[in-house]
Amino acid sequence: MSVEAHEIIPMPQPEPAGREESIPEAARRKLSSPWASGLVILITILWTIPTFGLLVTSLRPSSQAQNSGWWTIFTDPTMTLSNYSEVITGGSVIPNGIEPYFWNSFAIAIPAAIFPLVLASMAAYAIAWIPFKGSTFVFFTIFALQVIPLQMSLLPLLTMFNKGWSLGPIPIFPDLNKPGSEQSIFVGTYIPLWVAHTMFALPLAIFLLHNFVSQLPRELFEAARVDGASHFLIFRKLVLPLTVPAIASFAIFQFLWVWNDLLVALTFAGGTPDVAPITAYLASIKGSYGSQLHLVTAGAFVAIIVPLIVFFSLQRFFVRGLLAGSVKG
Amino acid sequence: MTQRVHYDDVSLVYPGSTKPAVSHLELDIAEGEFLVLVGPSGCGKSTSLRMLAGLEPISTGKIFIGDRDVTNVPAKDRDIAMVFQNYALYPHMSVAENMAFALKIQKVAKDEINRRVKDAAALLDLTDYLERKPKALSGGQRQRVAMGRAIVREPEVFLMDEPLSNLDAKLRVQTRTQIAALQRRLGTTTLYVTHDQVEAMTMGDRVAVLKDGILQQCASPRELYDNPANAFVGTFIGSPSMNIIPSLITEGGVDMNGFLVPIERDILGKASGHEVIVGVRPEDLILSAEGAEMTVTLVEELGADTYVYGTYPSPEGPVDLVARGQGLAAPKIGTNVKVNPQRTYVFDATGDQKRLS
Repeated sequence: MSVEAHEIIPMPQPEPAGREESIPEAARRKLSSPWASGLVILITILWTIPTFGLLVTSLRPSSQAQNSGWWTIFTDPTMTLSNYSEVITGGSVIPNGIEPYFWNSFAIAIPAAIFPLVLASMAAYAIAWIPFKGSTFVFFTIFALQVIPLQMSLLPLLTMFNKGWSLGPIPIFPDLNKPGSEQSIFVGTYIPLWVAHTMFALPLAIFLLHNFVSQLPRELFEAARVDGASHFLIFRKLVLPLTVPAIASFAIFQFLWVWNDLLVALTFAGGTPDVAPITAYLASIKGSYGSQLHLVTAGAFVAIIVPLIVFFSLQRFFVRGLLAGSVKG
Repeated sequence: MTQRVHYDDVSLVYPGSTKPAVSHLELDIAEGEFLVLVGPSGCGKSTSLRMLAGLEPISTGKIFIGDRDVTNVPAKDRDIAMVFQNYALYPHMSVAENMAFALKIQKVAKDEINRRVKDAAALLDLTDYLERKPKALSGGQRQRVAMGRAIVREPEVFLMDEPLSNLDAKLRVQTRTQIAALQRRLGTTTLYVTHDQVEAMTMGDRVAVLKDGILQQCASPRELYDNPANAFVGTFIGSPSMNIIPSLITEGGVDMNGFLVPIERDILGKASGHEVIVGVRPEDLILSAEGAEMTVTLVEELGADTYVYGTYPSPEGPVDLVARGQGLAAPKIGTNVKVNPQRTYVFDATGDQKRLS
């Protein structure tokens, strides 16, 4: 391939080491040209305008928000926070506030981000570094599970929670109904949501973390073994600290995914205010008070505060060069 | 504390391979001895060391540390310390934490850990760097941290897998002497792997030469140089390496293109064919008026010595020879000179090229 390139373009032969570095350099040079910068700014503005419009709408008094577009704010700058207080605690228009749903979302999303991470990081280490028969098979099976759309498993999973599962006469998962009632003991708890989100997240989490963990230098693990460390100690003292960038990025994605999820939440929690998340609340006020745009937008902004905080507070974990200095350099 | 190590007929065949990576290794390392495993790449020297560490499986045979059979003991329970070629420092821990890691696992008391880490740091000149992370250290310092991590353990055996190969030439020579001196001082049994015969000769109490997974010879450096067991050891040890001259046996010795090199009859009687390999160290092959003729291809004048490189037509095709010029005017390239072997080794021409003389 390089021979062809030389035939077409008579160039001095690039040095192998220099060539690898020149690709990002070239990309950076191209992307930092004034034209590219201008284009990026333009796109950013275009993409931000609708969000900005929603923000403005959420801050306008109800009568104005109903009768004029948000851009009239520039000529008639009346703003109020009453929409937010109405949405958060409930008020004259919406009887129930967003607040309990807000805490529900936390109660769902935090464990649903932690469980798969704990399981997946352990599985990733085991598959990558503990030699056992069939580890490749296990890895590829997990990898293959990613292609199954989660919609396929929603109903079987729901049946499992409600009626148990059995293969003919052999029970695989017990029927966990409350004695003498048709209701599963899981109803009104977060457990089905945690389990479902964990199950749906695991294949991708294991795959991503495995790829990261398997890139750690082999000698590091060998040194630890010679130093007397057990697998669990190696996992805790080496793998976890060195995998922080991957764990943090997956934690962000998983948390945001669960926070923004509506489908799984509706399937497993329904609309019960005890356990339903903020997305279910937004969907319901959108249905009931769709014309009250200023209230719906206020609710939406309450809901996106958390993803923003999560993203900005965890992004510092996207650090590079954490391995620098370990093996020769 | 320190222990002898014994490889008892150890072999390793990797699954899917027919050729053993290590074949019937029989090796004894005495208490406190510094033994160097040396050989070309792929000869099984690192594998042998890693088998002792517990990082490679063993197909057949047994390994003993002291009287303990460690063949099936996992690496973490073997009480050995290892220095890796690329140091394998824990990147997220400071130098002090790196050194203390193994001791913490052993649940050594905190002030004892501190004392040992401080001592090792003083010994290795790392006291000022204890709080630094490995990435803020130079190559030589990292190498010393890796050494320190092994020293604080006070293990039964040290294993070192080419610990100097990532250092620059000057630092390597310096560190070489430091490691050898350190080992003498600590008196811990040490198995050291290198591909560099100079390192092997200068550091080891004894040197074991491996080739293709088979132990060729294990002896003191002097003994290896003076009495190589076969042609491979002869050429591998020594620089420039020994001249290997295939020659036909004739009456009273061997024939080097008309020049008779006298060799005793009973030595030649042991040869398996009509041909033997004559080994001559460069310093024993001198330019003289009488001798076998070779064509000069290169002359190296090093001040004290002059090495004359040339090609010599042997019965097996042309071979390259290195001769020592003794303060004479150096010959010109392309001319023919006569070389005269002063001292010879005779090796069998077939099989393992065993030494006959």
